[in-house]
Amino acid sequence: MNSPSSISDTPPPPAPRTGAVISGKAVRPGDRIFLGLTRGSGTALLVIMAAIAAFLTYRSVIAITGDKANFFTTFDWNAVGTEPKFGIAVLAFGTVVSSVVAMLIAVPVAVGIALFISHYAPRRLASPLGYVIDLLAAVPSIVYGLWGALFLVPHLSGLYGWLNDYLGWTGIFSYGGGAARSLFTVGILLAIMILPIVTSVSREVFLQAPKMHEEAALALGATRWEVIRMSVLPFGRSGVISASMLGLGRALGETMAVATVLSPSFLISKSLLDPGGGTFAQNIASKFSEADTFGQDALIASGLVLFVITLLVNGAARLIIARRKEYSGAAA
Amino acid sequence: MKLQRKNRVRALAVGALAVSGALALTACGSDDTSGTGGAGGSAAKPANIKCEGKGKLLASGSSAQKNAMDVWVQNYAGACKGTEINYQPTGSGAGVTTFLQGQTAFAGSDSALKPEEIAKSKKLCKGGQAIDLPMVGGPIAIGYNVPGVDNLVLDAPTLAKIFDSKITNWNDAAIKKLNPGAKLPNLKIQAFHRSDDSGTTDNFTKYLKGAAPGDWKHEPAKKWGGSGGQAASGSSGVSSQVKQTSGAISYFELSYATSGKIPTVKLNTGAKAPVEATVDNASNAISEAKPAGQGDDLALKLNYTTKAEGAYPITLVTYEIACDKGNKADTLPATKSFLTYTSSKDGQTALKALGYAPLPTEIADKVRKTVATLS
Repeated sequence: MNSPSSISDTPPPPAPRTGAVISGKAVRPGDRIFLGLTRGSGTALLVIMAAIAAFLTYRSVIAITGDKANFFTTFDWNAVGTEPKFGIAVLAFGTVVSSVVAMLIAVPVAVGIALFISHYAPRRLASPLGYVIDLLAAVPSIVYGLWGALFLVPHLSGLYGWLNDYLGWTGIFSYGGGAARSLFTVGILLAIMILPIVTSVSREVFLQAPKMHEEAALALGATRWEVIRMSVLPFGRSGVISASMLGLGRALGETMAVATVLSPSFLISKSLLDPGGGTFAQNIASKFSEADTFGQDALIASGLVLFVITLLVNGAARLIIARRKEYSGAAA
Repeated sequence: MKLQRKNRVRALAVGALAVSGALALTACGSDDTSGTGGAGGSAAKPANIKCEGKGKLLASGSSAQKNAMDVWVQNYAGACKGTEINYQPTGSGAGVTTFLQGQTAFAGSDSALKPEEIAKSKKLCKGGQAIDLPMVGGPIAIGYNVPGVDNLVLDAPTLAKIFDSKITNWNDAAIKKLNPGAKLPNLKIQAFHRSDDSGTTDNFTKYLKGAAPGDWKHEPAKKWGGSGGQAASGSSGVSSQVKQTSGAISYFELSYATSGKIPTVKLNTGAKAPVEATVDNASNAISEAKPAGQGDDLALKLNYTTKAEGAYPITLVTYEIACDKGNKADTLPATKSFLTYTSSKDGQTALKALGYAPLPTEIADKVRKTVATLS
């Protein structure tokens, strides 16, 4: 499941100068019905989230109390038998690392594509390009996984060899040969998977950059790039951040593609290019089919941790956006 | 005018976000990890099926049985129009769990019941307990990808060392000694194991522990216990990795090797000639098995150190699990009639084309007798 994200993608509209704000005192039936519908939708979301959280918490408590090892620091996952020992250290590390790699690759590229579509591309090219990008989002994740395992992995060993030759001294890019089924590969695949969502949201935000500002900057003799730097990017910054967070939510929770491409193990290796590691969602997918009831509880506990991490990420994003209330010219 | 345009853009933005959001949400699917290997079932042979019971029969469990069940269900449904059998390949563990919760008529499992599971089953089976009925066997092939080598012989200690990362190159002296004629390249060994918990892993490590206890110190389990190596998800995952990775070796059901045209290792068991992974050789190994269950429980203990000619010891036996007494009255007739068919000669031979090993006569007879007494 992807984490639900509740970040607004567009700057809030300026407060209307005229017209009454709808209060609770709806007068006409249409108003009343519509108010009921919107209120119902909002409440339903909260109820669903609360239900998920309650279910995860209940089953997690059973698992964590039955764990014979430290749930947060153990490098193993063995939830069967009389001495269950399992911990999320490797999973948390792998989830965060692969998602960060994905963001580092995807966000700059996505912003580039979005700027190209919104400000550089000829109109006739822009809309088909936008459609193609959105089409990427429609590909099922298992298909990405198959493509990754059967095409991407064999073709990455050359790149990894090159990274090893020139960046091997850093330690995080040393590569010992073998099938490239590592966290870095997962990061590359996740980057491709989150590209469409980050691109399409950023594109919509850039399209709304105030024309007045752009025209003013051009009138002052600014170049295209200066216009974008001075008026489009500052205006779109919070939108890009929320787009990135939507993408990050997807990357954190991606299951099938990771399970198909990664070679999991319960070790944290120094190098990003070594096979091994694991992510929360991948581990749940791998272990669920053969898990007994307690094994399922243990997996659900790891799911709760992922849930909490996602909430923290979204909370952080909201804070960043709230701090940058520089919607300069939104009402121009 | 300008304001209107902007609102339209904003509406579009929200719309686009909603659409891409919906797409993003739908893009997270689950897959069915039980790949179908091998050719289609040799169905369409009218079998001697006695139809009893009507309605829906739910069962779930081992994904190693999936292809066998597909054929059995198809044949049975063809003969008995009133009965619908639905087998979900959820995995052995999940199958046993749902059976013990009383949600299914029987379960399929690659491992015999554990004592605590039998104890639990006494609640479900009024006046009886759950029993293991061996139903079909299958060789676990060791597939490899070594350029220039198409006839590879290995033995249990060497296999254990390879899968425990103690032998890391194909030109190792131990492999050379077993293959005097072969041109073994200087190539890193990449041993693939299953990343998901699986009955195949359980059975393969049982063999390593049973046949090479000195070289395999890990406890057999569904979770891979060896050190190092690489992992991939599902039989289809490991077999496709072997196909595309030079220097790879892995273990999977024979049907995956057959359908993927992957060469398989011949085992040096101490018999006169190295034994190949074939359906008949697996049957030969099953006939060397000893009964491990008590009473009606027909669980088998395979003899992993057999030196019998043409017995391929890396074999798994997959069981159906039902109550000996106290089955649900509404599903009992259909369960009995279906299991009578699957253990019958017709039911057993229908599977050979799929890479399953029929039960040896002696064991099959016992299973038929026991099925007839289910109540």
